[in-house]
Amino acid sequence: MADPLKSICDDPLERKWVWISLVLAVVMGVTLGYYAVASNLHPPSNVETIDSSRLHLSEEFAEDNLGVKTNPDGSVRVTLVAARYGFYPPRIEVPVDTQVTFRLASADVLHGVHVPNTNMTTMVVPGYISEVTTTFPRTGEYSLLCNEYCGLGHDSMWSRLVVVPKTAGGQS
Amino acid sequence: MTDDKAAGLALVNMWVGFIAFLAAAVMGVYQVLERSGLIPEMQSPALYFASVSTHGVLMGFVLTTFLVVGFGYYTATTSLKQSIWNRPLAWFGFWLSLTGVLMAAGPLLTGNASVLYTFYPPLMAHPLFYIGATLLVVGSWVWCLQMVMMMSLWKKAHPGETVPLAMYGTTANAILWFITSLGVASEVLFQLLPWSLGLIDTVDVGLARTLFSWTLHAIVYFWLFPAYIAMYTLLPKAAGGKLFSDQMGRVAFIMLLVFSVPIGFHHLYMDPFQAAGWKFLHMTGTFMVAVPTLITGFTIIASLEIAGKLRGGRGMFGWIGALPWGNPMVLAAGLALLMLTFGGFGGMINASYAMNAMIHNTQWVTGHFHLIFAGTVVIMYFAIAYYLWPKLTGRQLHSTRMALTQLWLWFIGMLVLTLPWHVLGLDGQPRRISSTPYDQVLVDSWQFNQIAMIVGGIILLLSALMLVYNLMKTHGNAQAETNLEVEYAEPVHAVLRMPPLMNGFGFWCLLVLVYMIASYGYPIAQFFLMDTYGTVPWSI
Repeated sequence: MADPLKSICDDPLERKWVWISLVLAVVMGVTLGYYAVASNLHPPSNVETIDSSRLHLSEEFAEDNLGVKTNPDGSVRVTLVAARYGFYPPRIEVPVDTQVTFRLASADVLHGVHVPNTNMTTMVVPGYISEVTTTFPRTGEYSLLCNEYCGLGHDSMWSRLVVVPKTAGGQS
Repeated sequence: MTDDKAAGLALVNMWVGFIAFLAAAVMGVYQVLERSGLIPEMQSPALYFASVSTHGVLMGFVLTTFLVVGFGYYTATTSLKQSIWNRPLAWFGFWLSLTGVLMAAGPLLTGNASVLYTFYPPLMAHPLFYIGATLLVVGSWVWCLQMVMMMSLWKKAHPGETVPLAMYGTTANAILWFITSLGVASEVLFQLLPWSLGLIDTVDVGLARTLFSWTLHAIVYFWLFPAYIAMYTLLPKAAGGKLFSDQMGRVAFIMLLVFSVPIGFHHLYMDPFQAAGWKFLHMTGTFMVAVPTLITGFTIIASLEIAGKLRGGRGMFGWIGALPWGNPMVLAAGLALLMLTFGGFGGMINASYAMNAMIHNTQWVTGHFHLIFAGTVVIMYFAIAYYLWPKLTGRQLHSTRMALTQLWLWFIGMLVLTLPWHVLGLDGQPRRISSTPYDQVLVDSWQFNQIAMIVGGIILLLSALMLVYNLMKTHGNAQAETNLEVEYAEPVHAVLRMPPLMNGFGFWCLLVLVYMIASYGYPIAQFFLMDTYGTVPWSI
């Protein structure tokens, strides 16, 4: 079969290079696609709206319902509110090696959350609920940092995440 | 001096760009010093975020737009040998853009627009900031129109002939910029401006971020285009050789035009409000847009090899040493390709759908785009300036030696600045912070790199001062420049007849339209199909 690139590219060596480049792009896409499907590895993408100015009237994000809850199947659900300048509740404990689903809503502006040295991260956008699921393989004290500029107090917006051994129960 | 080539227009535009650049470089040094916490008395989030917002606007919007416009006009007149389509309109565009910059400067410098150059609603800036940004963009649209008109008038006057590669790339960039700026223009005109004027009460932040992502990726290709145009059309000749392939340059420019706009969601990987499937679709395009850069790498290095061998270089690598490294264009291109390679590896990680989670919004990202933009792209802006200033002013460059030192300092400074930032990002340091009042164990692990970045910033400021000094002194140089012609590189194989698809843009614009509807149609429409809640304005 004739090389379809021949009409636009005269040099055989350059044609080879263009093919390598195209294959490289496709291999990257296919690899990430494979892991997306096989390991359910996706970025946090949750299309769900909420009225950020009335979080206190919503059931899920009312103050009494925030924090860590264990589901019947043993997985853990963490409900957090991000508001200038903190995450509420400010200290949470979750068990090691357990699937943890974070659900976050902003009470005011744009925020982000990142736990350094783990892959727990998501943006927190007013008007929408963020959801991210992960598992922490190592116990210890972690920081939950706001990683999106949210105003002049942004630097001091962080809180504590403690990953505890399973026997400790993981309740806040 | 008659000004058929629009040298005055080019000079004035580029000077605005470089003055903005110098001011922003000064702010950069203040920012690394403040952020490091080395001098506790300096700590001030209000000043820092005003500075970082201004730095971003000056580097990302002002330096780039004015340089692209100035270089574009001069490329058009010299490559087509045709005067500006509408000179008064071109000056009107310039004054409109400049008025916009001055209007935005007020709120920026007084801390009333510390919303960063990415706008970040529901933080709200003073309306003058949004109006100023709009005028800057509308002024640049005048340039887009001029480039399209000049190319089509030339084609009418030269039926069957091939548009010079430099102009083909410049027009591709003009079309690209017009299409990509429509995203941020819609965000500002329909959301932020009426909202800041009190005409509407709330904005949908999800929609605003989606519209901004439409602009946010392709804008970097708008910035990059002059660098590639210089590499394809000026560098081979400056190095003493020929362009390896004219056709592959066109293929690269077309691919950049088609693939760089409909892929903006890699800036939204970590956002809610867009489903994972759309992000995946945008990711595949993100990898495709690496292909024209890989093609460019091949063509440029092959062109340099031709030059090196013509100059007597032998063997697999012997040609590298034979290149005229004392020519600023050649040196800048070599350093730019190195930084592009480093930055490109990082970019692959940013582009990866899931791996992005490790580095999203960390200092890694700041390191990445400084390496690619402030490194690769801006060092080529310097090379363009050193090449064009003698032709524009009719005076020899004040000092070639100073130019070479300046380019080396920029390269070294950029590495000393950005390598620590990559490490800080991997160690979890957020970007966009003015201090680090975090967990002590975490902060202690950042200490060394926090100091290293200051050294990088100071080297870069020194380099920036040398550039502006050298260009300024060139105007007053007693030695007249004898070679006033821009010498575009000849391809190895002369272009005889170009297929119409590679000599025009009609089909490609249609393709971008279809691709845009496919990748942005539903993601934008969904905000009107579901019940969303707007957000009221917040001050910083």
